[in-house]
Amino acid sequence: MSSTLTDQAARLTAAAWSALHQVRDPELDEAVTDLGFVAGCRVSDSGEAVVRLRLPTYFCAPNFAFLMVADAFDAVAAVFGVHRTEVVLEDHFASNEINGGIAARAGFVQSFDGQAVAELDELRADFLRKAVMAGTDRVCRPLLAAGATADELAGLTLGATPASADRERLRSRRAELGLPAGDGDPLLVDPATGAAIGAHALPLHLRRARTTRVSVDANAGVCRGLLRERYPNLRSTESEEKGR
Amino acid sequence: MYEKDGEKYFVVDGHAHFWDASPENWVPGQEQYAKGWIECFHAYQSLGPPATHWPMEQFQKYSEDMMMRHLFDEGHVDVAIFQPTYLKQWYRNGFNTTEANAALAEKYPGKFIVNTRWDPRDGDEGLQELADNVARWGCKGVKLYTAEWRGDSRGWSLKSPEAARYLEKCQELGVKNIHVHKGPTIWPLDKDAFDVADVDFAATNFPELNFIVEHVGLPRIDDFCYMATQEPNVYAGLSVVVGALMHARPRFFARVMGELMFWVGEDKMVFGADYAIWEPRWQVEGFVDWNMPTDDQFSDYAQLTTQAKKKMLGLNAARLYDIKVPAELDLPVPAGPEGAEPLVAPSSI
Repeated sequence: MSSTLTDQAARLTAAAWSALHQVRDPELDEAVTDLGFVAGCRVSDSGEAVVRLRLPTYFCAPNFAFLMVADAFDAVAAVFGVHRTEVVLEDHFASNEINGGIAARAGFVQSFDGQAVAELDELRADFLRKAVMAGTDRVCRPLLAAGATADELAGLTLGATPASADRERLRSRRAELGLPAGDGDPLLVDPATGAAIGAHALPLHLRRARTTRVSVDANAGVCRGLLRERYPNLRSTESEEKGR
Repeated sequence: MYEKDGEKYFVVDGHAHFWDASPENWVPGQEQYAKGWIECFHAYQSLGPPATHWPMEQFQKYSEDMMMRHLFDEGHVDVAIFQPTYLKQWYRNGFNTTEANAALAEKYPGKFIVNTRWDPRDGDEGLQELADNVARWGCKGVKLYTAEWRGDSRGWSLKSPEAARYLEKCQELGVKNIHVHKGPTIWPLDKDAFDVADVDFAATNFPELNFIVEHVGLPRIDDFCYMATQEPNVYAGLSVVVGALMHARPRFFARVMGELMFWVGEDKMVFGADYAIWEPRWQVEGFVDWNMPTDDQFSDYAQLTTQAKKKMLGLNAARLYDIKVPAELDLPVPAGPEGAEPLVAPSSI
């Protein structure tokens, strides 16, 4: 199918996929593209983008679904050359409310009339804090395995932590929350306050970081399994749409 | 009873259903939800071993004979606890009601424990129905589904004063086991519907009741763990943990079990096969055979002893439900969580 695309459409479509790669499932803290949630993305040569999203079950939580659709809309609409964006969530019990709300640029409260009392900023922040905890485990586990002590970890700054993709991911989630994220800031901070974690509080902090990561990873594992069952031709669709 | 390597396990399936999700039972105009619900359940079944997958038609409605065979003839189950889920907004006669379950229980004495349910939005009538069900079937437990739809409402919270009235009634009636199942919706929709803070609230206010959080609060295992470690009357329902992870994601299963052992402990973990999502046989056999991996990544998790497995597979549930366990299947000294101290002082969490 990609052979029928003009160069302009192909370029815009690729740019839209890149933009979608920046959109995360806020609950799982992974890119919607990696999770297989993007069923299709196409931009015409005149800059009209259509994105189709799908989720592991018909009953996935509507608040998280709304955030993903809204974020996907914002990401694709911001691509230079895209003039009109449509994002459609397929096969979901609240597809109508969500798709209609996003198209109308309405907020969550307006989209779910009478069922919601607030927008979703607090929900998003709660899960960013979980992402910070899970990310802390990702960064610290290899250091502990290499023999680092609690005192050493408590004294470590982000900048002095060995460079890795996990470190940058942790830094970026902290920055999103408005927590200290510079090279001179401590590696271990309270995700609610940003205060440094002292050596005495560190064992429990790391325990909780690990538990959070286990919880998120197990959840993501179940989601991936359910999505694969729901859309058995997942992989081929993805690669075809991406033109890879 | 299951016997392996000279050890005998008394098996209580803490989470069983006898449902009817066939199209004949779908409410006109609500077909998409009835269909979506059972398709979602069916997708979960796919996370078990392929040989145990059912065709959709059988999954929508299975026979009594099949259920008896899967649970008791093949599945090693001694006693199964029925956990009803009504969903009458989508299913004409309900998805899985106390009545339908009780009819089976009456036919096969000693095999089943009949739990009932309530919904705080049912007001005084619901309180009466609860009392009637308890009087008729001797229920000692209820299954609550906080995401149940009712008219325009998309769910409810255990923090509500209405729910407190029902919990008081449970206490009064001797219904001491409160099984809580979280779903994807709640009122209001902007809150995390899977949040277990309302269970924490209720467990603190009703210390004489036991709160068994089904599916260990999945997808909020972390929040569940921190809550359960502080509340002596909160238990982990292992349904879905075993069914969805042990076969499909064994490394995640090991980690989740390790976390639960650390925060919750072997005295407060209760097995459930979640039939008919998964058959109990492969779960019971696999769980008895299962051991914590020994590589470095798992070195700070405790191994599961035979004693721990016996407790989780049946003895803990038997204690909650006063099920008589044959002496040869019990532990020499029955252990209980009563004397156990929380692993971490609440003030430090």
